[in-house]
Amino acid sequence: MTTTNTAKTWRTICDSSDLVKDSGICALLVKNASEGSKGNEQRVEEQIAIFHLPNSEEKIYAVGNYDPIGKANVLYRGIVGCIADEPVVASPLYKQHFSLKTGRCLQEEQSIAVYDIRIENELVQVFY
Amino acid sequence: MNSDKQLLSKAKIVVVGNGMVGHHFVEEMAKNSNYQITVLSAESRLAYDRVHLSEYFGGKTAEDLAMTTPEHYQELGVTFKTNAKVTNIDKVAKFVSTESGENYHYDKLILATGSYPFVPPIPGKDQDHCLVYRTIDDLEDIANSAKVSKVGVVIGGGLLGLEAANAIKQLGLQTHVVEFAPQLMGVQIDGGGGRLLKNKIEDLGVQVHTSKATNVIEKGDSSRYKLCFNDGSELETDLILFSAGIRPYDNLAREFDLVIGERGGIVVNNQCQTSDADIYAIGECALWNNFIFGLVAPGYAMAKVVAKHIGGVTGTNGELAEFTGADMSTKLKLMGVEVGSIGDAHGKTEGSLTYTYENQPEGVYKKIVVSSDKKSLLGAVLIGDTSEYDTLLQYMLNGIELPESPEGLILPMAADKPTLGVDALPDSATICSCHNVTKGDIIASINASATTVSDVKNCTKAGSGCGGCAALVKSVADNEFEKRGVEVKKDICEHFAYSRSELFDIVSVEKIKTFDELLTSHGRGLGCEICKPVAGSVLASVWNDYILKKPHLSLQDTNDTYLGNMQKDGTYSVVPRIAGGEITPDKLIVLGEVAKKYNLYTKITGGARVDLFGARVEQLPPIWKELVDAGFETGHAYGKSLRTVKSCVGSTWCRYGVQDSMTMAIDLEHRYKGLRAPHKIKFGVSGCTRECAEAQGKDIGIIATENGWNLFVGGNGGMKPRHGDLFATDLDDETLVKYVDRILMFYVQTGDRLQRTSVWMDNLEGGLAYLQDVIMKDSLGITDALETQMAAIVGSYQCEWKTTLEDPEALKRFQPFVNSDKVDSNIQFVTEREQIRPARGEEKIAVTFIPSVESATADAVAEEA
Repeated sequence: MTTTNTAKTWRTICDSSDLVKDSGICALLVKNASEGSKGNEQRVEEQIAIFHLPNSEEKIYAVGNYDPIGKANVLYRGIVGCIADEPVVASPLYKQHFSLKTGRCLQEEQSIAVYDIRIENELVQVFY
Repeated sequence: MNSDKQLLSKAKIVVVGNGMVGHHFVEEMAKNSNYQITVLSAESRLAYDRVHLSEYFGGKTAEDLAMTTPEHYQELGVTFKTNAKVTNIDKVAKFVSTESGENYHYDKLILATGSYPFVPPIPGKDQDHCLVYRTIDDLEDIANSAKVSKVGVVIGGGLLGLEAANAIKQLGLQTHVVEFAPQLMGVQIDGGGGRLLKNKIEDLGVQVHTSKATNVIEKGDSSRYKLCFNDGSELETDLILFSAGIRPYDNLAREFDLVIGERGGIVVNNQCQTSDADIYAIGECALWNNFIFGLVAPGYAMAKVVAKHIGGVTGTNGELAEFTGADMSTKLKLMGVEVGSIGDAHGKTEGSLTYTYENQPEGVYKKIVVSSDKKSLLGAVLIGDTSEYDTLLQYMLNGIELPESPEGLILPMAADKPTLGVDALPDSATICSCHNVTKGDIIASINASATTVSDVKNCTKAGSGCGGCAALVKSVADNEFEKRGVEVKKDICEHFAYSRSELFDIVSVEKIKTFDELLTSHGRGLGCEICKPVAGSVLASVWNDYILKKPHLSLQDTNDTYLGNMQKDGTYSVVPRIAGGEITPDKLIVLGEVAKKYNLYTKITGGARVDLFGARVEQLPPIWKELVDAGFETGHAYGKSLRTVKSCVGSTWCRYGVQDSMTMAIDLEHRYKGLRAPHKIKFGVSGCTRECAEAQGKDIGIIATENGWNLFVGGNGGMKPRHGDLFATDLDDETLVKYVDRILMFYVQTGDRLQRTSVWMDNLEGGLAYLQDVIMKDSLGITDALETQMAAIVGSYQCEWKTTLEDPEALKRFQPFVNSDKVDSNIQFVTEREQIRPARGEEKIAVTFIPSVESATADAVAEEA
């Protein structure tokens, strides 16, 4: 189901039944990025962590899967919850919290990417 | 260069003697870096704890008793020499010489030479097997003698004599105590208390002979020797231990003309200076106000005074630090009998009045001595029950006015028993007498930075001497925390205002089965990585459901979710259970083949099993499928649960083994595998006292004896090593398992989050004795419930990997991407010593686009594709 395209749009990642309540799954985004005026096409892969928190405000969140502190693709395996009402994921490596809304790390000067995500007709879609 | 100069110009302090007091002085003095300290010790060991000497026979080693190490002294910048007996003091040229002829210059000299046991001049006292009880070397002699003896006699029924009697009783000798006076412990307790103490000690199988003076030690008829008493009676014995008091080691001072007291002891003033102002004497060699203090607390106080005096530390008004005497009250346990003595125990103060309570059937005796106006407490004697000791001591030390009916203080079930809140204590109240810590000191430590009881203990040292004040330190500190609104915080996180053990009660009492229920009824917010695993562990302990069942899945740490230990690169380790470390060659081959097939880094662990590293999530199920098919099961290396039971081969193979430790280890490992606890649990089972399985360093340690098993609880290796406490001895298999069931379940119920059994034991109010009461005497009436719960957990064990492999829904978790069959290209290995290891940052080939880092080159992508 990997998708290849250049223009940003809502793209389907999986069924909403693939989500795990109060936990994370990981998806691979494959993008085409054109480099300069030569138009050389370059494929890049991005791992994103998708969290399903039905009891929270926005219910579903997507952030980069790479932990910039532990330097590994593991964030979808972290425990989710909230710190002072901010929905967060705790890195499974060294337990720093990353905001699911802003991607900001609550303990160190680090950030992870945040993606627009929605559930449409029981399909999970990411805007990229 | 600069530091050399400083060293040269530093004033030199020489300390003669490295007992507890000499060592305490070194620690106090080393806080001031202006001095170069040299310690000269005649003994072969550096300072060790003589107060707890008798525990040497209870399983403690010389290392356990040590109070310092060469490394520690080096860190403090202290020079030291052992086996260096000082034989000369030159007061004019100011140097001391050792037996071997080395000279040490001093600016200030500290004599901390301590005391030696007094051996009464009885003819025959100098033969073999006539010993004393003072040093670790003495204990080794006693142990050696006990091996060839059946009967032992202690001459002297004082405090130390009774401890010595306990020691030889523990060595298995038929034990007698001979006392010259008409009662035991005549210094500390009165006649009534002495009578009861004698009865209690005789009930424990030690025969007590009072009012007996020994005339001569002769060759025995049935034993090695016989003691002939002045009343014509005789006592046969193989081993004689003298414990008839101490005498100060003052010979150096005598020889080199310092003033000595009439009956010995180096005379000192309030600054502990001897007749030569540059020479100080502290501890049991010093005579202050014509009195020698045979306890450690006054010695420590002297050490502090000297360190302050030398360092020029004065009070706020410039007054010199002074030693002004010390309270000699004591509380201790002699052969399990509680004994307490406070102040004027004998009621010698003029006009004093006494109140006495005696309960012969239960073996309790209590007496208080009050002033003639009944307003203040002067002294007390407590035998068989010292629970009022702390309160009474505070009344006495602080002159707190007594309630109208003082007898209420010692009467059981008095209608309104006066309790002395810690608030009533003045700031000057001494809480820990070993380290002279006052209530004010505790408050100061909290003002400074201490936020927990253990912070307070670390800062002030309170409770680290004899430990008798631990409960009082805790209540003073807790009271202070509460007062300043620093709630004594037991809340595990912002979502639950409860401790782990409170959550445990809530879950079991209210029959809560899921985290959502618990959060809705008792918490707030969405939870977090702290409360979720705690809830997961508690739910698993109470209900023992498969932990990856839907409602529990999101509670688990990644290690529990993927049933493996996550490594730094996001891969996992695979650790199958190898109970007791016993494995067939065929199974070992399977491990090798699986490791080879999946190219896993392979290492033997410290827990006697095999660890396979570098498995990606999607590889875990096929790897485990092969292992489970070959008869392996999960090793729970990822869980806060039973890890390994380390064992030696025991009596089956070993020439020295006395029990089948191997079978016991395997049985125990299979019994408790899968049990979820506050933290990981390790066991050790040794087949004899050689202790090859290092069981005393485990949470549960079991050591075989000729008669069964000795059980140790609360040992730990790791960051803060701790030897387990000897919990019970010579247990049969059934009783052993019963006690372990109860202890583990009690720990599971009451332990804090991530609290190992060692810390749990340290924090249990009442300590080991309390745990023994709960487990062996059922003092809380819960042992049946504990056993039932353990039986339920043992009965519902499942191998989590087997269950996972049979559940297609659970297996979905191991697919790395929900929308792709690719694998994580960021996981890369290089080869080292013929095996894989994770590639370091600079060794990695960049392949994955990481949004915050703009790199990903065309080459790298081509490589990956």
